[in-house]
Amino acid sequence: MINKGSKTMLEVKNLMAEVGGVKILKGVDLIVRSGEVHAIMGINGSGKSTFSKVLAGHPDYTVTGGTATFEGKDLFALAPEERARAGLFLAFQYPVEIPGVSNSALLRLAYNTLQNERGLEELDPIEFEDLVLEKIKVVEMDANFLSRSVNEGFSGGEKKRNEILQMAVLEPKLAILDETDSGLDIDALRIVANGVNSLLTADNAVVMVTHYQRLLNYIVPDFVHVMDGGRIVRTGGKELALELEARGYDWIRAAA
Amino acid sequence: MSKQQCFEQLLLGKPAQPDGWLGGIRTEALERAKALNFPSDRHDEWRFTDLSPLYQYTFQPVDFFAGLKLADIEKFLIPDSIRLVFVDGCYNVGLSDLSRAAGVVVKSLVESLGDRHLEAHFAHHATWYADAFTALNTHFFEDGAWIHVSGEIAAPIHILHVVTKRDYPSAIYPRCLMVMEPDSRATIVEDYAGLDDGIYFSNAVTEVVLKSHVQLQHIRLQREASNAFHIGHCSVEVGQGGVYDAVSVALGARVSRHSLQVMQQGEEAEMQLNGLALIAGRQIADTHTLIHHAKANGKSVQLHKCIADGSAHGVFSGKIIVHKGAAGTDSEQSSRNLLLSDKAHIDTQPQLEILNDDVKCKHGATVGQIDADALFFLCSRGFSEASARNLLTHAFAAEIIAKIQVPSLVETLSLTILERMDGARR
Repeated sequence: MINKGSKTMLEVKNLMAEVGGVKILKGVDLIVRSGEVHAIMGINGSGKSTFSKVLAGHPDYTVTGGTATFEGKDLFALAPEERARAGLFLAFQYPVEIPGVSNSALLRLAYNTLQNERGLEELDPIEFEDLVLEKIKVVEMDANFLSRSVNEGFSGGEKKRNEILQMAVLEPKLAILDETDSGLDIDALRIVANGVNSLLTADNAVVMVTHYQRLLNYIVPDFVHVMDGGRIVRTGGKELALELEARGYDWIRAAA
Repeated sequence: MSKQQCFEQLLLGKPAQPDGWLGGIRTEALERAKALNFPSDRHDEWRFTDLSPLYQYTFQPVDFFAGLKLADIEKFLIPDSIRLVFVDGCYNVGLSDLSRAAGVVVKSLVESLGDRHLEAHFAHHATWYADAFTALNTHFFEDGAWIHVSGEIAAPIHILHVVTKRDYPSAIYPRCLMVMEPDSRATIVEDYAGLDDGIYFSNAVTEVVLKSHVQLQHIRLQREASNAFHIGHCSVEVGQGGVYDAVSVALGARVSRHSLQVMQQGEEAEMQLNGLALIAGRQIADTHTLIHHAKANGKSVQLHKCIADGSAHGVFSGKIIVHKGAAGTDSEQSSRNLLLSDKAHIDTQPQLEILNDDVKCKHGATVGQIDADALFFLCSRGFSEASARNLLTHAFAAEIIAKIQVPSLVETLSLTILERMDGARR
């Protein structure tokens, strides 16, 4: 929701980045304020996933120009873990399996790292269990997923829900959801969307990167941006997504 | 010091006691040792493993035995276990705890020479006629553990060998014989621990005889001192319908070798061999296993993992022989390895010899590094790169540790591994 008195959370100016010597981002501009929901749409190869990985600090991507500030801090001066501790969260397009690390251990260790950063008490395993059993309701997951290895043997939908569970536990200020809707059936999509909606407040913000409009039926964006050729070529309200759904991307590419 | 001088010095070890039927075996073993000598560098079973650090020393027998208190070995203890403690190869009554040993024979080997079961099996299984280290042990061992199980023993049996620091390099010869009667069940922990950071050579031999329908979990921990040398040999026979479940963990020693030979003696026996070597610095850890499927419908499942950091060198050789007549054999072997530095290296060599049709055999080996995607994922959740690496390394090791059925040991080993990883990163 667009609020009066909201603060600028993320400000990206003329961002350029490449991977393996190939230029992908060619000047991205974006401002996200607290309380807002943004959607970044675009065809495959438009740079939208690269954009989310660059913001999170993926080591394969090199920033070659432009700036990004997160709550006034230079984002690119921070290591990925420092960005996470500052309140940035990336829900992965392809969640990673980690055999041998239980979901609950991962969540607790990550949670305590952030608590430490914020100068708050760490929770022991028993205290943490109470917290996580509350949070897991957000994504309608069974508690037995907590004792299993992270994402190991999870279905595609379960992995995506698990990402949102991490978001629920870590309570980021800015969550970037990288194609969180891909590979979800309609029930899983509804659960994931409900989960994200329940986590939205006036003090945090969400950027959804998506190919399709259907997620936006459930998580209604304040802004829709269209990426093409490594730039944001058009910005509008939620009606822009509906127009894209009806007309495809070609008309924007032609106009741009 | 030369290889030959090192060998000859070992032959000068403490003369064995003239102890009845054992005397003949000891004499014969010494002759075999002399004839065999140390393996040549080109010996097929030893070609990956550089023993030259061992040959730099002349090892002497231990002339007196350290008086230790329970507090000195507390960090190695397993709560509620039947405990047999050897200090520098010598049985220590005071540190042992046999209060839970009702219904099972857990004793000093040399104090039990009159036991006909002991005599029937001792030195009948280990291949001392083919291997100089095993022969040297068979001649020079001071004492050892004699375990004879009937029925079901709930408490884990902990055989703890501790070695103290001396002002000269010492040679220790731990020995163990386990015989399990039909339908018996037990958990046995064979534990080699260095108390201080001394230079010593621990040359261990274990024989395990499982009669029909026995279930044994046999845990082997090698946590010797960092400048120590450890060469261990274990021969196992598994009877009909039995389950031999081995978990070996190698953490210590400058150079270590564990050779495990398992013979499927009866039909429908099952063998699970799980191993973990976690090494860093200049450590060398070698695991050689040999499984003989000699009877029908046997099953073996093996998973060996090695994690090497620094300029450490891991060696795994796993041979499986399916003999004629071993129809219906089902065998699976996997060697998975993790390299944590550019200088570390791992040689892995699965070998299958199938002399029979109608068998299922699978094997595979991988050598990899920490998964970059997993590392980035953890960093994106707030973990520092060092702690993310530690967590992933620990997770890789945890799969083996988790197979240990003694919870306190799982916990201790998990902590040890996490601390080791932490230390290595600082």
